[in-house]
Amino acid sequence: MSDLLAARSQMAMSLAFHIIFAVVGIAMPLMMVIAEWKWLRTRDDVYLTLAKQWAKGTAILFAVGAVSGTVLSFELGLLWPEFMRYAGPIIGMPFSLEGFAFFLEAIFLGIYLYGWKRVSPWAHWYAGVMVALSGMLSGVFVVTANAWMNTPAGFEIVDGKPVNIDPIAAMLNPAAAQQVIHMTLAAYAAVGFAVAAIHAFMLRRDRENLFHRRAFVIAFVVGAVASVLQPVSGDFLARQVFRYQPIKLAAMEGQFETEQRAPLRIGGWPDEETETTRYALEIPAALSLLVHHRPDGEIKGLKEFPRDEWPPVAIVHVSFQIMVGCGIAMMAAALIGAWLMWRKRKLADQRWFLNLVMFCGPLGFIAIETGWTVTEVGRQPWVIYGLMRTADAVTPMPGLIVPFISFTLLYIFLAFVVVFLLKRQVFQSPRILKKPERSNP
Amino acid sequence: MITLAELVGVVMLVSLIFYALGAGADFGGGVWDLFASGPRAKQQRELIAKAIGPIWEANHVWLILVVVLLFVAFPQAFSAISIALHIPLTLMLIGIVLRGSAFVFRSYDLQTDEVQRRWSRLFAVGSIIAPIMLGACVGAVASGDIRVDIDSGRVQTNFFSQWLAPFPIAIGLFALALFAFLAAVYLSLEAEEPELKEDFRNRALWAGVGVGVLAFLCLYLSGKGAPLIRAGLAKSWWAVPFQLLTAAVALAGIGTLWFRKFWAARILAITQVTLIILGWGLAQFPYLVEPDLTFTNSAAPESVLKLLLIALAAGAVLLFPSLWYLFRVFKTRD
Repeated sequence: MSDLLAARSQMAMSLAFHIIFAVVGIAMPLMMVIAEWKWLRTRDDVYLTLAKQWAKGTAILFAVGAVSGTVLSFELGLLWPEFMRYAGPIIGMPFSLEGFAFFLEAIFLGIYLYGWKRVSPWAHWYAGVMVALSGMLSGVFVVTANAWMNTPAGFEIVDGKPVNIDPIAAMLNPAAAQQVIHMTLAAYAAVGFAVAAIHAFMLRRDRENLFHRRAFVIAFVVGAVASVLQPVSGDFLARQVFRYQPIKLAAMEGQFETEQRAPLRIGGWPDEETETTRYALEIPAALSLLVHHRPDGEIKGLKEFPRDEWPPVAIVHVSFQIMVGCGIAMMAAALIGAWLMWRKRKLADQRWFLNLVMFCGPLGFIAIETGWTVTEVGRQPWVIYGLMRTADAVTPMPGLIVPFISFTLLYIFLAFVVVFLLKRQVFQSPRILKKPERSNP
Repeated sequence: MITLAELVGVVMLVSLIFYALGAGADFGGGVWDLFASGPRAKQQRELIAKAIGPIWEANHVWLILVVVLLFVAFPQAFSAISIALHIPLTLMLIGIVLRGSAFVFRSYDLQTDEVQRRWSRLFAVGSIIAPIMLGACVGAVASGDIRVDIDSGRVQTNFFSQWLAPFPIAIGLFALALFAFLAAVYLSLEAEEPELKEDFRNRALWAGVGVGVLAFLCLYLSGKGAPLIRAGLAKSWWAVPFQLLTAAVALAGIGTLWFRKFWAARILAITQVTLIILGWGLAQFPYLVEPDLTFTNSAAPESVLKLLLIALAAGAVLLFPSLWYLFRVFKTRD
């Protein structure tokens, strides 16, 4: 394994690991805050128990997210010092703001987790709101910095060096808004569905348990709202990618030729050797229609670009297909749930619906992992699109396979422990069969 | 007049001081978890867990802030440090990951002795690796051994000799002793039962002696280990009074512990740590990475620094009241 490949693998592994905990840190606080708010308004203790139970799981996941995020902030330099030397000042604004957002998140999470008896109920709820808000903002800022790597802005290049740096323009780069919306919705959708799936699993054997019934509804509604909005944001983002990174879009769609009535390919395997995408179900002119909103719009194919600027086409295309497939399944489940609720059916009483949500449980996380694969692998061979190649950014440090393997083993260990602890939490969750009396915490 | 780059440097130094006073003491807690002994070992561990539980994540963020400031304002230095000190930084990260995750795993795993002991050990190991490696990195940066070509960004390093040398390792051990001392002083105040107070008072006294011994060792090794700083200090008027002041505060800290004035001991320990880091900052100045990178020649453009400082000021307005609230909620008596 070359050092470059080891560095890329370590970065990919670290990001793939961290993103799971990062999105939990974004979405769980919202759900805890909703549950606690319901308790504050109704004084129905089931909601209080629920907020506390969710907080326990969040505490474990947040800590792993915090430490794995720290690793990433160092890895930017440990693995890509040339990139940071060049880009550090330009993308510093979102990272600095993220630092403060993370600070507030950590502070108020401490108050939320340990302060049940130390602050008043409403103060406690506000601490939760602060965690939810700052958690979301942390994500927003980090994604902004990533968007800059896709659509670098806010500087000029003189003699190969960036000058006239405008950090605000860099932060508000062309991809920022679309990527931020897509990722934030993804966090709520993935976590909402995953949590709903866990409670659906428990409801299948314990249908009358109010604890799981209420948990299921809150988690499902959060996941469902985000899942229905997500395709719209995906459409915005895809058209933005077409405008600024046409080669990435071509790879996502397995589009080798430049075409006016480009088909939308479902499935299929792009072959870089023969420059064709085989075995795909093609819907005529649908890609042109999606991108240009008219059937004869031109889509640039990969052949328009020099071969050494192609990303690994098959990985990008297949990842994109998986992401879209997961997203559509989740949207469908969300709409079915909405229809059931509109028909005044109790969601938790429909066994087939519980099964459906359980099936959707992992899909959001699969979509997040594959979606980031599209973003990151689709940008290759560049670390800064069009400006700096990944190969030119890597550290001169030899033997990078050692840290790659070390961190991989460490993270596998952490993953096992986290799954084990969460599993026990879930199976030890409370059993509440009828509405208890009102009470205080 | 202080330049914008120097102003960012001041913010970084202040952040490092906060990191040492907060997260440093949390690492120190890990040390005392390892050395929990005697009839009250369990109570000692419980007090440590209670003391750091709500605040360690917030304390930890100071380090992230320092890293971000370094790469935004001094990208050359960030790049050079990341290349030359790849190994100790990676080891430090592994320590940070083990410490943080083992701490929460312990809180949420079974409360049986065997399970708890296993997580405790990992928590302690992480708490010991991280400060040693952090200190070694500081020592390496001060050593003058990391040579950088400012135009190409090329770093002359063999990835080992800059940090795996007597001086940086001594600084690492000094950092560990200092954090352990700080933690013991904090805990001696926070303990409620008299015997538990005594336990941590004894630990603080021993650690205080260790800090003193290691301080002299570092000073001795700095002749060879950090010759440029040593030469600079010999010429500056403030060096000797500053060192005497620090030593006086350290001795006064031991004295107040001896006479069980725990509040005074806490204030003096905080002052001592602040003076030590401040002294290091002054001794380094104007170098960021001795001897090639200064605050001036490695700084980002003015436009970036100006906006950065504005963002820092705005962030501080939100941060400090929140931090104050956090500590008020958890560090005042029930």
